[in-house]
Amino acid sequence: MLRRTFLASSALAVGFGTALGTAALAQDDPFKAGFIYVGPIGDGGWTYTHNEGRLALEEEFGDGIETVYQESVPEGADAIRAMTQMALSGADIIFATSFGYMDQVLEVAEQFPDVKFEHATGYKQADNVATYSARFYEGRAVQGHIAGSMTDTNIVGYIASYPIPEVIRGINSAYIHATKVNPDVEFRVVWVYTWFDPAKEADAATALIEQGADVILQHTDSTAPLAAAEAAGGVIGFGQASDMAAFKPSPRVSSILDVWGPYYIDRVQAVMDGTWESGDTWHGIGEGMVGIGEITDAVPDEVRQEALALKESIASGEYHPFTGPLNKQDGTPWLAEGETADDGTLLGMNFYVEGLTGDIPE
Amino acid sequence: MAVIALERRPAPSAVWRWATPPLAVLLTMLAGGAMFAALGQDPLIAIRTIFWDPLFAEQFASYARPQLLVKAGPLILIAIGLAMGFRAGVWNIGAEGQYIVGAICGAAAGLALYPADTRLILPLMALAGALGGWAWAMIPALLKTRFGTNEILVSLLLVYVAEQLVAAMALGPLRNPEGGGFPGSRNLARWESSANPELIAGTGMHWGVVTAFIAVIFAYVIFTRHLAGFQIRLMGEAPRAARFGGVRPGRLVILCFGVSGALAGLAGLFEVTGPAGQLNIDFGAGYGFTAIIVAFLGRLHPIGILLAGLLMALTYIGGELAQLMLGLPAAAIQAFQGMLLFFLLGVDVFTNYRLRLGRRRIA
Repeated sequence: MLRRTFLASSALAVGFGTALGTAALAQDDPFKAGFIYVGPIGDGGWTYTHNEGRLALEEEFGDGIETVYQESVPEGADAIRAMTQMALSGADIIFATSFGYMDQVLEVAEQFPDVKFEHATGYKQADNVATYSARFYEGRAVQGHIAGSMTDTNIVGYIASYPIPEVIRGINSAYIHATKVNPDVEFRVVWVYTWFDPAKEADAATALIEQGADVILQHTDSTAPLAAAEAAGGVIGFGQASDMAAFKPSPRVSSILDVWGPYYIDRVQAVMDGTWESGDTWHGIGEGMVGIGEITDAVPDEVRQEALALKESIASGEYHPFTGPLNKQDGTPWLAEGETADDGTLLGMNFYVEGLTGDIPE
Repeated sequence: MAVIALERRPAPSAVWRWATPPLAVLLTMLAGGAMFAALGQDPLIAIRTIFWDPLFAEQFASYARPQLLVKAGPLILIAIGLAMGFRAGVWNIGAEGQYIVGAICGAAAGLALYPADTRLILPLMALAGALGGWAWAMIPALLKTRFGTNEILVSLLLVYVAEQLVAAMALGPLRNPEGGGFPGSRNLARWESSANPELIAGTGMHWGVVTAFIAVIFAYVIFTRHLAGFQIRLMGEAPRAARFGGVRPGRLVILCFGVSGALAGLAGLFEVTGPAGQLNIDFGAGYGFTAIIVAFLGRLHPIGILLAGLLMALTYIGGELAQLMLGLPAAAIQAFQGMLLFFLLGVDVFTNYRLRLGRRRIA
């Protein structure tokens, strides 16, 4: 380290000159893609996978692209500044990778009509703002199936982040498929109001385990719940967003993978070709945006085969995770026998399905 | 044996008192530069990106300069209120909570009248915001004066209560009924009656920044010319003498908490109607805590706080720029900001102590 420091300081004079040069040249730079992250790139989950997507861009386009990013950008006024500075620095496309940036994206996009914006998991579009998300609930179905099959205590703990439709969809999907294989299963949901806070996530996991949960599902981004499961022993969990392979073969018995690279490459290529259009993309297992990580040996072969079959049927479009008959929590009918949920209802989902206990926070 | 010893000064050094902040900034640049170098960055360029580019780089300055005021406004407004208490030895650590509750009360007052179209709504909201912050601050103040509880603990813990409260409000009573089931209030910056817009285009000045400047002037007058300012100082520096001099400590606690709470509440209200726009689960962004650093960095003096607030805002904006332009990790920027407080506290020793080189006498 000492040598690096020394080298760095001896290169000072040269460096200073070149930096001024680059700033002046910024306009002629190759294509520039910017990323706004809600957590640190080392979160091992959500932000990590978006950063993998960014690296996929660099791999694909090589010298033809420059990527920049800003980590841990709070969802609020600070996001406006982060995106504005990115646009000022010459970004051609900006990926805002958290739901909470929605209004801010629209505001900055208004100021920079020539810059394209891509907002993950949002629902408001504009001429230069497209939205995209993955059908994570498809992965949750597979997860729910494994969870329902594996639990001995019949209590599944669920660490939920914010009560927004995406999270509620995940809980419903996991629950529906857990009860299909195990009608006695009960879900305990803890709301932690954060996407990434290892301490809070660990607390929530520990509390759930103390309540008897032997399977922990998480909709937060760190590996802390898996670490808590490992410490408790006899408890299993799943990788969230990234594979979290360090916890294989148990407590991590499988994972939901977010695969953003191909989409990012498509969109950047479209901007380069001048064919980019605003719109809403919602891809699932079939298109490859959602993956199911290796199901380890900790899961009995029979359960694994069932889970893989479920995954295949979802991927091929043969089966929809929200297929009736399904009632809402209060008993009112939602989907009739054989009916599948429409995207509109799923995107605004603000109710539990029948059988789930507890209330969605209001 | 030659030793370096610290000797207590008979009176705090006025020179050191004002020399320490610039010295701390300098030391932060040196140590931070070393850290950036260790991360493989050119330290000079990193420091220049943080301190110089937001102000003077052609590409960014026209946007970043006004942003400096936007970011510094709430910090200054809150820190002024806190400084009043800190001078008197009254420790309000919970400005973050008062900031949040001020925003909740102000937003609620405005939203109750939605969609009325009158210019009276923003002033009404400001009043409600100040009252909200004041009321939240009264809890630790009254508990202290009535029951002798520790105001540091109570005010701090109430921050976490406030955070739960804002989450409940964003999900419940104040949720936007047209928000498609998502949490968060209506966008107050986009409703004309409640909007707290930029007053002069391209300056970043909004009502919150104006209020912060007014607070600086008022605090200056009170601290230097007014009896209350004298009593506050007396209470902080010589509590016993203050009591003999007719200062009523209980009243002073209520006054200091009330003023700092009301100012924090105002800051919250102007933030939610302006830059933030929306009351959401994560509304509290830490201004209330950062303002504590600003108050001390500014030596609890109004002009000092004004400068410290601007400097702090600069490290935020420049830090973001450094992340963006140089790819520095966010954690490195936070460590850099942390160094500032660390060195300030460290160098502050010389305000009260003098360094003496000499020989230790053998006893």
